[in-house]
Order: sequence, then structure tokens, then C-alpha cells
Amino acid sequence: MSRFARRFVVSCGAAWPWLLVFAVGAALVLARAAYPQVVTFPDGWLLPLEGPINVAMDWIVENLRGVTRAISGGLGWAFWLAQEMLVHTPWLVTLAAISLISWQGGGLRLTLLIGAILLYILVSGYWTEAMNTLALVLVALPLSVLLGFAAGYLGYRSETARGIIMPTLDLMQTVPAFAYLIPILLLFGFGPVVGLIASVVFAVPPMVRNTILGFQRIPPAIIESACMSGCSRRQQFLWAELPTALPQMLIGVNQTTMAALSMVIIAAIIGGFEDIGWEVLSAMRKAQFGQGLLSGIVIVVLAVMLDRLTAAYAARQLPTTSHAGWPWRRFAVILVAAICGAWLLAWLVPFFADWPEALVFFPANAINAATTDFVMAFGEVMSRIKNAILYFLLLPVKLGFERAVVPFTWGVTFTPLAKTIYWLLAAVACAVAFGLGRWRAGVAAVIVAGFLFLGATGLPWALVVLAVGLLAWQVGGGRLLALAVFSLGFLLLNGIWPPAMLSIYLCFVAVVICILLGGVIGIWAASSDVVSQVIRPINDMLQTLPQFVFLIPALMLFQVGDFTALLAVVAYAIVPMIRYTEHGLRSVPRPLIEAGVSSGCSPWQMFWQIRLPLAQAQILIGINQTILYALGMLVIAALVGTTDLGQAIYIALGKANAGAGLVAGLGMALIAMTADRILQAVIRSGR
Amino acid sequence: MNDQPEAKLSVRDLWKIFGPDPKGVVSGEFPRMTHEQRLAHVRASQHHVAAAGVSFDVPTGHIFVIMGLSGSGKSTVLRSISRLVEPTFGSVTLEGTDLLGASQSELIEIRRHKMGMVFQDFGLLPHLDVIQNVAFPLKAQRRPREERRERARQMIELVGLKGREHAYPHELSGGQKQRVGIARSLAVEPELWFLDEPFSALDPLIRSQMQDEFLRLQTQLNKTIVFVTHDFLEALKLADEICIMKDGEIVQIGTPAEIVLRPANDYVRRFIGDVPLANVLRAEDVMSPAWDDGKPHPTVARQAILDEAIKLFDETTETVDVVDAEGAVIGSLHPLEVIRSLYHDQPETAA
Repeated sequence: MSRFARRFVVSCGAAWPWLLVFAVGAALVLARAAYPQVVTFPDGWLLPLEGPINVAMDWIVENLRGVTRAISGGLGWAFWLAQEMLVHTPWLVTLAAISLISWQGGGLRLTLLIGAILLYILVSGYWTEAMNTLALVLVALPLSVLLGFAAGYLGYRSETARGIIMPTLDLMQTVPAFAYLIPILLLFGFGPVVGLIASVVFAVPPMVRNTILGFQRIPPAIIESACMSGCSRRQQFLWAELPTALPQMLIGVNQTTMAALSMVIIAAIIGGFEDIGWEVLSAMRKAQFGQGLLSGIVIVVLAVMLDRLTAAYAARQLPTTSHAGWPWRRFAVILVAAICGAWLLAWLVPFFADWPEALVFFPANAINAATTDFVMAFGEVMSRIKNAILYFLLLPVKLGFERAVVPFTWGVTFTPLAKTIYWLLAAVACAVAFGLGRWRAGVAAVIVAGFLFLGATGLPWALVVLAVGLLAWQVGGGRLLALAVFSLGFLLLNGIWPPAMLSIYLCFVAVVICILLGGVIGIWAASSDVVSQVIRPINDMLQTLPQFVFLIPALMLFQVGDFTALLAVVAYAIVPMIRYTEHGLRSVPRPLIEAGVSSGCSPWQMFWQIRLPLAQAQILIGINQTILYALGMLVIAALVGTTDLGQAIYIALGKANAGAGLVAGLGMALIAMTADRILQAVIRSGR
Repeated sequence: MNDQPEAKLSVRDLWKIFGPDPKGVVSGEFPRMTHEQRLAHVRASQHHVAAAGVSFDVPTGHIFVIMGLSGSGKSTVLRSISRLVEPTFGSVTLEGTDLLGASQSELIEIRRHKMGMVFQDFGLLPHLDVIQNVAFPLKAQRRPREERRERARQMIELVGLKGREHAYPHELSGGQKQRVGIARSLAVEPELWFLDEPFSALDPLIRSQMQDEFLRLQTQLNKTIVFVTHDFLEALKLADEICIMKDGEIVQIGTPAEIVLRPANDYVRRFIGDVPLANVLRAEDVMSPAWDDGKPHPTVARQAILDEAIKLFDETTETVDVVDAEGAVIGSLHPLEVIRSLYHDQPETAA
């Protein structure tokens, strides 16, 4: 016992700042009845940035009108050209051209896949819409690639430029796309051009990153050997550096394409016209799930097509590729010939020009009926599942046990006695952990207990600032503390604290589910090659899909609300958790496994004592990614009716209120960055 | 070593200093300081010395090996000569022309026509096949395509890769890759040939084979060579002259025999520890003046390694004569001297 007591004292000594925070927290909670401003940030203290941003935005819009008109004119023209090429030509011409391009890039298998996809789109009846979307991507892509390449090369050559570019990229990728849609909207007005510009902005970062990476990874010997071969600076760039960096940059093109597609679809919210994103959106708004599903599938196959096509061209640049295609000059001749031939054929035979209505297969009504039947048949079960998760998981995290445990949901009342027992248990758990010398576990136990008791929306804001600040300071020092305080201060002063806490609540639940479920799947995949092979293509698929698509099945089965949003977020954010868990467990070095086996570890010991500790760093990276993915998806999920920051952005979008949208978007980005930096500091300190 | 007539490449008092302001460090009083003062001065100004006062000459057709462990500055010296790294102070002259004063465009011309370099990790361009890689320096000179191909083919044949012209680097083994690297470096018929640990990335058998081939090539081509290695045995096997470096400074310069028989200090002596001397020392290195006792002795060439000469001793033979290329006796070997030299006893002091 004396050992226990000694350890307890030592733990108290180590954890005293936390004990202090707990004391302050308890005081705040006890005082909240008398002083409600403890929980609700006083209105009088607000310093909203919304107004100034709007004023600045008005000024910019006023003064940049000439520039924006020129840009949107140019883009409009480019889009018109792409539309002429894809939409207003006979389908046979488009089909022939894209098939030939796939053949050149990836041979027969790719051609068959892409031919099948195009035929499916024809049959689905969404040909025009799909081609409009493709035309948008076709215009956005070269712009993103060029801009990304230029910025990336600049970042490679100049240390200073890299210092500016990297944080900008972080910001561009963490600020939700919806948020910067608003200023673009104000600058360029409604219509396809806005979507174009937004997708260029959104799609540039992967290109920049991969360009920098590609150039940085050139082996020094290659640059030196080019020098010693007597290359001039220009020759060195064109003949040695560029070709060596090219494979990595083409991976960037692939990612950029997928980002552009994703954004082009989301942009339908502001620039809706006859494109596939608009189809999905309007179907969802009208609750026509059949239509939504069918057009969603078209998005999926479009994504698969673009992914495979660009990936094939990326692989083709490696000398390892087996498929070489035709020499480029011959390819150009064949392409032109095929296009002319197809055109002639379409001119002679109308079937090849316009796909006949009779051959369209559009079972939307059947799907709607089936969905209705399904919901009728299983509605009872599904609503029970939904309610169970809502009452026992979502509400406690959102409102805390003290408000969620009521007879209507739990069937019991959270009596003062129960509350006392609850806190006693938490205190005992903490004390035991302290006595065992694990003060971090003890502190975590109290934090979790407090969080669940008060709920995300019931936490005194000062307590959150104190606890997050202390955590940031302990893992990352002064700079991290400054970031944490700045982020939370930003949320408080701008009056977006309540929706931000709602975002955190939804994100928290989603991340916990992802960690548990994804962790289990990852462990399973790491121990079984069969599972791994089944999971991998599914993961690939989930990662290439535009985020939008995740909403459709969730919405079909469970109407609007937090639960539906949760499902969509989990489906999207679980992928990195699975991936990193499996990778971490699988990449434990062979000698260590053998050392474990020869020491006589049972499989159970092997897992807990060797694999898991060694995989810990990778798993933490997976958790980090999952959090970022979940926050990113949260904004999209606002479309199915949440009440969080995402919704605030979405509402601002509807009102074209740039200030409100940007403030909410920045708030989201700051939450993401703070979470990311704190976790990364934890990962670093664990090494 | 200074009696050699014309030096093709001459390096004088070469310094390479890293830090915030290297040029500032070597300005002012620096040229007038002694070596020790300079070292102290550089350290006092928080700079790091990669090469300190390196001087040597390489005569035409010689293989000059710079040997040192990692961090000794050997690669820095090589890169300073080829100006892949800009030296901070000193001079490098190639047949009297100042290399360090050359402008960028002059430097490109010099590299195009006078220098070739082989790298430890090959530096082959992954997107070009063997023949394109070898022809690359000629392409940089904008020579006509046919000429490039022809010349590249000759080089590929020279290094024994005929038949692999259209393979890509990732399809080649390490040894083959380095053959491509060698062929490329020779494509422009350089006068100066730099090799930066060319065989270090290869496994031991291939390495030894490549070393033999390197020597064969050199008897054919007679280039002026600066060869960098961390492998003392490789240095002994290949060098006409060895320069041992430590912490950016030269510890000793000499022929392999001079180094082995008269190491400058304990640092050098430690390298010699496990060297099979019988394979390094040559008959002429350990011979004493000719011993004429009227009897006929077996003879051995002056270039022969001791391992061969020892086989000539038997129960009745106590003297072996060393002869030059014309067959004239220039000295004799005695068992006791041979044994002493093999056990690191220095002949002069041991007597």
C-alpha cells in the first residue's frame, strides 16, 4: 500500500496542472446556474469579423470587376469549347475518341472498362449531364495542373517560396470548399464558371505537393551527372530534372483530376446547370431517391473512369510499363481518322448521333417504389437502430448525461444520487490510475467523464480553453498553445462557438466509431490476406468517390438529421483508419516478429506486446487523417440537415454572405489544424 | 613525389568551408595565416571545414586515389575540382588553365570536352535506355544523332554491355549500371576522369571484377584519373598514388608501397593492420642492392607482387634477383627482408 501511496503522490505532483483545471472546472459548473455566461459566451464580448470581411469583399468586388469579367469571359469561352467537343458532338465520336485515348494509355483492359462505362452512361440517360461535368473537368484540369506545376517548381527552387506555399496549401485544403465558394460567387456571379474557378482552387494543392516532391526526390547523382555531362541549365531542366520528376507529377495529375471532379460536382450548389452534380442535388432536394441513386452511380463511374485513365497515363511514364501504345504521331493520325469516321457514320445513321430514348434504362420509379417498400418493411427495425444510436450515443455526447438521460429516452431519471455515484466512480478510477503510476490515464478518465456528463454543448467555454490550452502546451510547447488559444478565441469572439461545438460533437462521435470499427477491420485485414484483398479495392473506391455521393444511400434510408450525417461521415472517414492500422501492423519488422516467436509469445501476447506498440505511430497518423476527413465531410453532410458549422457555411452560401461563410469556414479550418497539430505533437513525442 | 615532370591536374591549398559566411571567413588576413591559424580562425567563426589546405598534383596517365572514411572530405575535394561544389579558397589548374576562374559557360565547355565522372549511385536517367544514357553527354553537345549512336555503341562494347543497348536502368544489375555509368563518362573522350566511389555500392565479387576491368580499361585509355574510395584495399590495388584524408586534411600522400612501408602516423598504420601485404608490395619495393655471389638466381619482374616472388624461394634458394623490363638485374630479394616487410617492419629502421 505504501508503494501505491507513494506513486499516488508522485502522480499528483506530475498532474497538478490538470487537478487545478479540474478544480476550476468544478467551480465553473457549480456557478453556471447563477452565471449563465460561464457556458454561453456573453454577447457583449463578441468581436465578429463578419462585417469587416463583407465590407472588404464589397470593395474587392467593386474594384476587380474588370479582371473578374475578363477571367470569367475566358473561362466561359474555354468551357464552351469543351462543351462543343463533348456534348454537342454525336456520342459515337466522343466514345471513339475516349476509347482510343484509353487504348493508348492502358491497352485493351482499360479500353474495355472505359468503353463499358461510357455505354452505361449512355444507357442511363445521363449522357448530356455527364459530358457537361466532364467538360468542366476538362477545362479545370489543365489550369490546375499548370498553376500547380508553376507553384510547385517555384517552391522547389526557392526556400522562401516554399515557406509561403506550404502553409497556404494546408489552409486551402482545410478550409471547406463551400466557404471559398462564397467569395468566388460574389466575384464571378452564378453559373458554371464559378464551379470552374472553385475546382481549380480546390484541385491545385495535390499538384503543387507532388511537383515539389517529384523534384525534391531527384537523386543528387542525377543532377550531378547532368552537370558533368556538360548540360546547360536549360538542358539540365528539360532532359534530366523534368523527366525524372515526371512520374511523381503524374500521380499529382491523377489526384488533381479527382479533386477537380469532386469540386465540380459540389459546385452544383451554386452553379447548377445541366450537369450531373445538379441532377443529384435536385433529386436529393426533391427526395427522389431513385433519381438520386441513378445519377449518383453515374458520378461514381465517371470518377472510376477519370481515375483509371489518369492512373494509366501516370504508370505509362515509367519504363517498367509493358504497354507502350502507338508512337505519338501515328496515334494522332488514328485519332483524327477515327473521329472523322465516327462523325461520318453518325451523319449517315442517326442512331450514332443521338442515343435513342427507347434504349434508355431508367428505373428510378422502380427504385423509389422498392425503397418505399423496404422502408415500410424494415422501417421499424431501422428506426429502432437509429433511435438507439441517437439516444444512447449521439444525445449524450451532444447534451451530456445530465440532459440526455431522461425518462423519455433512457427510461430512467438521472437522480442526484446517481450523479454523485457517477462522479465518485470517476474519482476512484482516477485515483487508482494515479496509484498505479499512470497519471495520464487518470486525467483522461476524468476528462471523459466530464465531457460525457456535460456534453459538447454544455461545456463551460473557459474550461475548454484551459484544458485544450494545457494539453497543447504539454505536448507541443508555446507555439502550439498559441495556436490552440487563437483558434478557440476565434470561435468565441466571432460568436460561432455553439455551432462549432456541434461540429466537434458530430466529428467526435464519427471519429470514435471510425477508430473502433476501422481499427477492428484494419486488424482483421492485417491478419488475413483474403480480407486485405477484399478491403483494398473497397477502400480505393471510397477514396476516389466524390464526397457528395456518400450522402445518397444514407439519405435514402434514414431521412435528414444528425444520424444520416453521421453515417455519411463515417463511411467517408473510416478509410484512413483501416489503411493505417493495417499498414502499421503489417510493417512491423520481420526480425522483431521472429524475436517474439522465438521468445515464446502466444499470438495474443504477440499482438498486444509487439505488433500493437510498434504500430502505434502509424495508427495515430491514421486517427489524425480520420479526424481531418471527418471534419471535411461534415461540411458536405450539412446538406442532409445538421445544425453545426457546416450548416452555417451552407446557409451563408444561400445568402451569399461572404463574411459569415468565411468566418465559419476559417473556424472549421482552425479546429482541423489545432486537432492535427496536437495529434502530430503527440505522435512526435511518442517516438 | 615532386620530381614528376608535368602535372596534368594541380590542386593548391584548396579549402571548402561550410557555414553562414564562408567567403567572409577566407577574406582579409586568411591568406597570410599559417595552416594552424587558419583552422583555428575557421572554427572560431562557427564554420565547418570540409577540406583544409589540400594540395596535390596528378601527372598525365596516373591514377590518383583519394582515400578516407566518411566525413573525411574526400568527396568534397573531388567535387571542388569538378566544381559541382564551389571551393571556398585555393586553386585548381588543368594543364595551366585555372578551373576555379572559369565562367559558367566556360565550365560547361570544359565539362563537355575534358571531364568525365562516375558516381557511386550511378546517376543514370531512369527514362532513357542504355544507349541513350551513354549518348547523353554527346546530346548535350548537340552532336548529330548518328555520331552519338555510333560513339555510344563503341563505349558500350568497351565496357562489355553489347546486346543490352535497349535495356532501361531498372532492368540492369548494380554492376551493369555502373558499366553504363563508366561508358557514359568516357563517351566524350575526357582527359580527366573522376570516379566517386564507383564500386562501393556493388557486392564484393562484382567489385573485384570491376576493379580488374577498370585497370584493363586504363591500360587501354591512359586517362588522368582521380578516384575516390573509402576502401583501403581498393586504393592499394588501383592507385599509382594514394592520398589519405582525415577531417578535411591530407594525412599522407605516397605510392601504395610508401604508405604501407612508411605510414606517416598511427592513423594510417591502423588501415595497414589487416592488409595482406604480400599482395600489395612489389619486388622492387622491398629489394636490396643486387647480391652477386657468382651463382645463378631465379629472377622475378620488378612489378611482380611478393606473393609471386615468395614462391621462388625453396630449400636451396636464398636469393631471388629482381629484373627490369630488359632483363637487367636491378636488385635482390632475401627471405629475411621479405618476412620483415610482410610483418610491417620498416626495412631502414629494423636493420
